[in-house]
Amino acid sequence: MTAATTPVFEVRDLTVDFDTSEGSFRAVDAVSFAVHAGQTLGLVGESGAGKSVSVKAALRLLDEPPARITGGEALLDGADLLEMTSRQLRRIRGRDIGLVLQDPLTSLHPSLRIGDQIAEAIHLHDTKISRRAARARAVELLDLVGIPQAHRRWRDHPHEWSGGMRQRAVIAIAIANGPKLLVADEPTTALDVTIQAQVLGVLREIQEATGTAMILITHDLGVIAELADVVTVLHDARVVESGPAIEVFRAPKLPYTASLLARRSAIARRGPDPVAREREVVLDVEDLVTHLPSRGGGRGAVVHAVDGLSFSLRAGETLGLVGESGCGKSTLARSVVRLLQPTSGSITFEGQDITTVAGADLRAVHARLRIVFQDPFASLNPRRTVGDIVAEPLRIQGRHRNGVRERVAELFELVGLDHDLLVRYPHQLSGGQRQRVGIARALALEPRVLVLDEPVSSLDVPIQAQVLELLGRLQRELGLAYLFVSHDLGVVRQLSHRLAVMYLGKIVEIGPAATVCDRPAHPYTRALLSAVPIDDPSERDSKRRIILVGEPPDPTRPPTGCRFSTRCWLAFDRCRTEEPELEVVDGRSCACHLVVDASSTAATALEL
Amino acid sequence: MSATADEIGAPGLVGRKVTAKGRWLRAVVRRPSGAVGAALVAVVAVAGAVGPEVVARDPLAVDGPSLASPSWTYPMGTDALGRDLLSGVLHGLRTSVLVALAVALAVIAIGMVVGMVAGYRTGRVDDIAMRATEFVQVIPRFFLAIVVVALFGAGIDRLVIVLGLTSWPLLARVIRAEVLSLREREFVDAARADGASSARIIVRELLPNVMPSTVVTVGLIAAQVMLIEASLSFLGLGDPNVISLGYLASQGQQLLRVAWWASIFPGLAIVVAVLGLNLLGDGITDALGGRR
Amino acid sequence: MTRRYVLWRLVQLVPTCAGILLIGFLLVHAAPGDPVLALAGDSGDAAYYDRIRERFGLDEPFLSQLATYAGNVVRGDLGTSYTRGLPALEVVWARLPATLLLTTTALIVSTIVGIAVGVAAAARPHGMRDAVIGATSLGLYAAPAFLAGQLAILVFALRLGWFPVQGMTSARSSATGFGHLVDLAHHLVLPVLVLAAQEIAAVARLTRAGLLDELGRDHITTARAKGASEARVLIRHALRRALLPVVTVIGGRVGHLVAGTIVVEAVFSWPGLGGLLVSSVQARDTPIVLGLFLIIALTVVIANLLTDLTYAWLDPRVRYR
Repeated sequence: MTAATTPVFEVRDLTVDFDTSEGSFRAVDAVSFAVHAGQTLGLVGESGAGKSVSVKAALRLLDEPPARITGGEALLDGADLLEMTSRQLRRIRGRDIGLVLQDPLTSLHPSLRIGDQIAEAIHLHDTKISRRAARARAVELLDLVGIPQAHRRWRDHPHEWSGGMRQRAVIAIAIANGPKLLVADEPTTALDVTIQAQVLGVLREIQEATGTAMILITHDLGVIAELADVVTVLHDARVVESGPAIEVFRAPKLPYTASLLARRSAIARRGPDPVAREREVVLDVEDLVTHLPSRGGGRGAVVHAVDGLSFSLRAGETLGLVGESGCGKSTLARSVVRLLQPTSGSITFEGQDITTVAGADLRAVHARLRIVFQDPFASLNPRRTVGDIVAEPLRIQGRHRNGVRERVAELFELVGLDHDLLVRYPHQLSGGQRQRVGIARALALEPRVLVLDEPVSSLDVPIQAQVLELLGRLQRELGLAYLFVSHDLGVVRQLSHRLAVMYLGKIVEIGPAATVCDRPAHPYTRALLSAVPIDDPSERDSKRRIILVGEPPDPTRPPTGCRFSTRCWLAFDRCRTEEPELEVVDGRSCACHLVVDASSTAATALEL
Repeated sequence: MSATADEIGAPGLVGRKVTAKGRWLRAVVRRPSGAVGAALVAVVAVAGAVGPEVVARDPLAVDGPSLASPSWTYPMGTDALGRDLLSGVLHGLRTSVLVALAVALAVIAIGMVVGMVAGYRTGRVDDIAMRATEFVQVIPRFFLAIVVVALFGAGIDRLVIVLGLTSWPLLARVIRAEVLSLREREFVDAARADGASSARIIVRELLPNVMPSTVVTVGLIAAQVMLIEASLSFLGLGDPNVISLGYLASQGQQLLRVAWWASIFPGLAIVVAVLGLNLLGDGITDALGGRR
Repeated sequence: MTRRYVLWRLVQLVPTCAGILLIGFLLVHAAPGDPVLALAGDSGDAAYYDRIRERFGLDEPFLSQLATYAGNVVRGDLGTSYTRGLPALEVVWARLPATLLLTTTALIVSTIVGIAVGVAAAARPHGMRDAVIGATSLGLYAAPAFLAGQLAILVFALRLGWFPVQGMTSARSSATGFGHLVDLAHHLVLPVLVLAAQEIAAVARLTRAGLLDELGRDHITTARAKGASEARVLIRHALRRALLPVVTVIGGRVGHLVAGTIVVEAVFSWPGLGGLLVSSVQARDTPIVLGLFLIIALTVVIANLLTDLTYAWLDPRVRYR
């Protein structure tokens, strides 16, 4: 782009050490990067690679101590931030540099009004501006980042807004004074994929409108492919590769970058081997409804978390269940294994109705119908050794009375864990090892069905790939059936034979994974697939983007008619009054008036 | 259950577990606050347990010259009647420790049950338990104790009962808050998915995790109880049949101009005990910080 | 703050007050001997006992006795002090100002000084100043009020002679108006400091911990990235929420503070409720003791109410629960 001019912001040989009680370690090692006006620099790497630390250190936002900047320069328009007094820095921060942090739930002050927080950013750099004028400007900014009815809603407190809206407010603060440099530190990691698409769109528009330079810190290569012009890859506190995004993606120079890219596409593309159709149904869910008491909605309000779902699962098969947060997929997973009591409907497991079984019967079901949780750290009791944790189901169920130790050792082997780890505590294990422990515990009693509730969401991409591989192998070896629940289409697709898409407590589309992914029928499925970041920056201009407006409605009061109608760009009158049923269309089932009508019209047309 | 539990827990695992716990204790003691706190608490415990027997002087007997300043023979001096103050302080400390221990036991018994139940069973049970806890918490226990003294006469037994019945809300709230957050953690769900009963979950999953904060909180409550007991006997409302640090301090109050030691040493003994408990609590909280 | 929330908290007062009343009533009846002795002392004549029996309905069934007692208390009739022959409320009323002066001054001083000290410690954590403040507040926190009082008398009154040893006014001083106020203030300094010391320590420790906790949060980074100065970050952004636990504690410790006042009054011979309480207990003047208990309990209940309302004002999320 504008490579010939001097960069707006340049970091040279930055080195940062951290002093801890166990000695000091180097978090950033001679890192250099530069970004020009109108350009986006993608800073990519796994967690702990030093990407966020290096930028925060350059902006002098790290606590020193424990951090210690031991060398380098951070030049904004040629002036070194590392040499500045705190007064000089203060004048630059917020005026010339704007910052967007990862978690919108924590990056706004919880008890100040949102409009006032934006106005403060203006006021700090323009003390002469009147309170009223600063507020008016804040409303303008909220409008600019796409907050509907900003003139009314600036008075809200952050807890009244959703994550996506809060992140827009944080962006409004960052751009309040028209900065030369906008730093976004994992700006969409905490958001759902359709909301991520919205926020990335906002960032893209702002950059086009203002010509600001942008540094985008992320672990997600898809986000880089969507936005970055140039890329710097960090690994173990060092820069391992940098260059124009298109080149880095097309021909990565270093094996590390190549492996990072390869793993990503491996997850996204490959599907599992097909399963024989005649295998018996092991799990059958019929019209399942689970309503949860609402926390904030007042007395008697219920969350329609799962609102009439039916599906079945065959032996050896994986059914992927995809949806965004709040769609009820976790509630469904927990209802199926009876951690939550369904409100109505039925669950049949191995021919037995288990919807209301209790006591010893339920315990017997729990032996064969198991669940693996999302957060392997939270799902392991911190005060017990992992060997003890894996042995627990054996003890509870009174199995292997005389060989618990042998069985635990066997399970460790099965999931690829070293025997030395048996006596460790969860906090002494890595994330991947912990999730293997979770899987070993689930396998302890020789189950038929595993419900996998976001089993890899908390893991780094390479570790995700390993755990998914393990799950695939276990399925082939042990003939397990999986109900695989996740928000991440790429991950689900790798293991799933069939795929179900959930929206606000309902399945909107279900069918063979390849059909649903390659020829999505339901508008929501299409939007969801389109929101998944692209694999390669060269696709950036050719891709057709469907960016949904707004956010999912409140599940305590689901809309009448089709639940997606409030966000659907194709909705017509009937969608808002009449609820569509799942109907077979083109090799899958889809709940959409438009799609069903179109296909029957097409069929009629064909007959004529 | 025990047979199978021993199976896996048997030789190797149990042994390692103990070392893990040992390491945890070392983590507490390695911190300056933890080390000093543990030392002070140990001193108070030993002094209260065997002190009076080691310094075998009758605290009520006229033993030496009156108002002798601290010396080798009378390390804390003597009072107006020539009674040995060290011996008095040791006996007073014993009273203090006994009252604190007895109240702590009652607090653990009531507070743990209420906190566990309220945290684990939400809904109406939780509501009732929390209303009760809030109610007991607003009762000014110092003054309730005074009312009881006025109506029933002074005595260690009733003091322990009143303080035991009114000091548990803090513990109950702490445990309830912990259990509420632990319940949200997936390992409790995981245990349920293993088929574990509620009792097993409470005992094996929740209890070990609330132990550290229970220890810290009970320590804080014990310190408060010591202060209350001392204050009551300072006001002359303590049990007339036992020696208390507060009583000694109030005797010394009249001698403040001539014999500072008569009131300062009993007071300092309380400081050592309370400071020790607070520091130890800080140390444990600190050591936990990195673990959770 | 929503009106509904305030109303709801007010409604909750009723069962609490009823419960406290019930405790007092039950204790009187559980005490050894005829309740009339507990209510009227053991030196009255038969006619006097009869009058008391009638006034408290002691010949009636248990529940109607409770109703009579509750009715009396609600009307402000706490019984008659038989050592003084005056209504208990009147006796308490006469001594109240001295105690109130001591307690309120200590509450205000400890809140302001405690928060200031906490901010000073958190501004540069783990530095020299922080360490000194930390050690001092730990010591103060552990010291019983009587020890702190005795030490203060030894050092500031007896050795340095800066302040009077005891009392509320100088016996010989006949000064009026401004002179009287100065004399009063001079006597007030040591008791207030002693009484406030423990609270200052508690408030400072909590403020510091709350601030450090807040300062580690993301919204603080956002504030710094806006270009806010450290002072502004500390006071405007961090302090507001750091004070939440402090508010809770100040309300919760009112009972503690009043208890401390009783002890400090004994140390400094302050002519407040403390002396009255102790002498009444020793004389078994139950109406006074029980009346004081009810008044103090009510004060604590109201302090807790104010705490909750302040909390809701500081943290808007509470109001919606």
